[in-house]
Amino acid sequence: MTTSAVELEGIEKRFPGVIANHDVNLRIAPGTVHALVGENGAGKSTLMKILYGVQKPDAGTITVNGQKVEFSSPSDAIAQGIGMVFQHFMLADNLTVLENVVLGAEKLYGTGAKAREQVRAISHRFGFDLDPDVLVETLGVAARQRLEILKVLYRGAKIIILDEPTAVLVPQEVDALFANLEGLKSQGHTLLFISHKLDEVLHVADAITVMRRGTTVGSPDPKQVTKRQLAELMVGSELPSPETEESTVTETVELRVRDLTMVDDFGRTVLDSIDLEIHRGEVLGIAGVEGNGQTELVEGILAMRHTTGQVELGDTDISRWGTRRRRAAGIGYIPEDRHRHGLLLDSPLWENRVLGHTYEDVAVKRGWINRGGARGDAERIVSEYDVRTPGIDTMARALSGGNQQKFIVGRELSGKPSLLIAAHPTRGVDVGAQAAIWDQIKDARRVGLAVLLISADLDELIGLSDRIEVLLRGRIVGSFDPRTVTPQDLGEAMTGGQEEA
Amino acid sequence: MNRLRNAGVAIAAPLLAIAFSLAVTSIVIEISGGSAGDFIGIIFSWPADRILVNIANQTSLIYLSALAAAVGFRMNLFNIGVEGQYRMAAYAGALFAGAALLPGALNVIGSLLVAVAAGAAWAGIAGLLKVTRGVSEVISTIMLNAIAVTITGYLLSTYGFKAGDSRRTTVIPESSQVPGWQPFDKSAGEVWTLGLLAVIAGVAFWLVLNKTRFGFDLRTTGQSETAAVASGVNTKKMTLLTLLISGGIAGLIWMPSLFGSAHYYGTTFQVGLGFTGIAVALLGRNRALPIAFAALLFAFLNEQSNRLTIEAGISVEVIQITQGIIVLAVVIAYELVRRYRLRAEEKQVAEAPRPDATPEEVSA
Repeated sequence: MTTSAVELEGIEKRFPGVIANHDVNLRIAPGTVHALVGENGAGKSTLMKILYGVQKPDAGTITVNGQKVEFSSPSDAIAQGIGMVFQHFMLADNLTVLENVVLGAEKLYGTGAKAREQVRAISHRFGFDLDPDVLVETLGVAARQRLEILKVLYRGAKIIILDEPTAVLVPQEVDALFANLEGLKSQGHTLLFISHKLDEVLHVADAITVMRRGTTVGSPDPKQVTKRQLAELMVGSELPSPETEESTVTETVELRVRDLTMVDDFGRTVLDSIDLEIHRGEVLGIAGVEGNGQTELVEGILAMRHTTGQVELGDTDISRWGTRRRRAAGIGYIPEDRHRHGLLLDSPLWENRVLGHTYEDVAVKRGWINRGGARGDAERIVSEYDVRTPGIDTMARALSGGNQQKFIVGRELSGKPSLLIAAHPTRGVDVGAQAAIWDQIKDARRVGLAVLLISADLDELIGLSDRIEVLLRGRIVGSFDPRTVTPQDLGEAMTGGQEEA
Repeated sequence: MNRLRNAGVAIAAPLLAIAFSLAVTSIVIEISGGSAGDFIGIIFSWPADRILVNIANQTSLIYLSALAAAVGFRMNLFNIGVEGQYRMAAYAGALFAGAALLPGALNVIGSLLVAVAAGAAWAGIAGLLKVTRGVSEVISTIMLNAIAVTITGYLLSTYGFKAGDSRRTTVIPESSQVPGWQPFDKSAGEVWTLGLLAVIAGVAFWLVLNKTRFGFDLRTTGQSETAAVASGVNTKKMTLLTLLISGGIAGLIWMPSLFGSAHYYGTTFQVGLGFTGIAVALLGRNRALPIAFAALLFAFLNEQSNRLTIEAGISVEVIQITQGIIVLAVVIAYELVRRYRLRAEEKQVAEAPRPDATPEEVSA
């Protein structure tokens, strides 16, 4: 048996309250393209950060070319011949190709003729078509990506990690990139390719490893596995766990959205004539690959961003209302990014009770902060929702992700909302909190709350929702009954795979 | 118990910073051939009556200036333009008071309002530029400072009243001058009555920021603009309002002096308070009460240092080294304290996640 280029064994990484990676095993043969696939939040990025020395694992071993290694910084990884091409390019626009390449690696070949020669040689050898003296600002996205790859090759990398390299490319550019990868492979480089686009993975990979919920769950053979099977591995096919009981859906429509359209700052239509209705007692799940309009849908309904179209809550047309008035009218909001939208991290918990709820008497009375009321209600949330904290004067930042989220859920369910918007309510929380949050959403539904649930976890969506709609490129492309739908069907609708299947 | 320890740390940090900065200043003085002993001796000697009065007066001006800066800081707005705002306001206020359109006390109130409006308007330009064109308030307020100097200079030299070599606004009628309080004999001077404006502004600052919805929204926006948007704060409106308030407070800065002793805008105008205010706001962590102590400290150091040149041949400017290092040291100390507290809290919260539990287990 040949020595693996990279071997990860039993990798584990914990953050306060969250297990990002556990029991991760990965073996990459030299001279191959190895794909690492998984849903958002499956732990791919953490694993790559560990392999590139950005983070240290809590347990497990890393072996490179048969030698056990320990990285304390990316420079250690580079010294072992591992290079990483990030999804977001790290280039200085006002410098030339050559200057970008030598920046930080001046010791290798200097900054002059020798370096230029080297850049030319690499570019020529792999068909990168990059002129060392061109300014980076004149380069297109695909050329910038090739430059990023050139940068790691220049530093002597033999093992190259590419983090979702195709996310930023158009189809023709993707083909060109794959041709480049083939070229690299044929000259003995090993490539680790991270993606959640199954077509591409099957097209280009020699081997595949699938991650789900922080751990590696399988390594199917790309020659034999089908897209459907791969999707199954990615999203998990075991029976959904967060199951709800009998339907509580009523006849009354609580939220009605008509022709909701949003155009972003660059003139792209990110929400395209969305129509949807949620009844009291109903959970409407929105499925979709991240970046297909879920965030925009939530922010549109809450008037955090400008939209056209109609939004009705109950019998009231709230289309022209601002965010605060809409929330005061009875919309609870569990934001997808609790640190950015849901908490004041450097304020005590009781002040966080007031955040976003300054229209509630318990938080603010006639323009004055109701300190006593807010403190009392924060205490109530802490005990009712089992928020683990020494007290309500503790800064929100000090709490673990799960406890922060439980506090937010408690806050958003107080004040008797009639609609709850829950965006990725269990993302990044520990398993105990996850179960608790699921229970709370179920309870809320039972008492007649309308819930808009957005999640990347298909098990969660299928288990909690009464109805699922799929968003793709800002449009609703399908409606499914969670009792009959499989994660595979959803996965295909989400990736637009339906058309080809 | 915890609170007590926190309070202890909060007091110890600035005291250590002061000691540290005095030590550094002493070294600088020794290196440059002066006597550190003289320096320390003069700084810590009991101030003369006249100096005590000056300290009280200067404290009120510096405090107002620091409040003006702090309002912006609390919302993450860096109003570097307090200097220009209070200059415009001082000129406008003095002009109005000198014109004596209103009788006696009404004239004083009218002038204060004019000054507040002028300061707010000058800051409002930066606010409008920021919300409509996205211009950083740091850049625009700095530029507006320079413009304010030019405009007031031009107006004064064109329309000002000629007095000796310089020009000034019309003297305020006696009925609108505000007599002060004489704690010592006449030669020691008066404590300006309008210095009370600083007290009123300080209390209002504390009340509005900590106790009202508006203040909560303002602090929220400062801590996290995204969270503010999600909770329904109109951040553009808030930006404009904050700058208007900041400029409005800045408008009051020179008023105690104008009505208490200067009586006109001209050579008597005291420059530089706007920049001192920024440092003092930082030192006082943008909180009403700590800023008051910081303002007192700066006023004390400024006034005491005036004697350095005459009595010890040490340049007055060394006190700026002291003040600068105090601010730096305190900012660093506060950050260290903040991290220490956070870590202590995290330790309290810490509950090791069960390493053996997997999502599958719980959902099973």
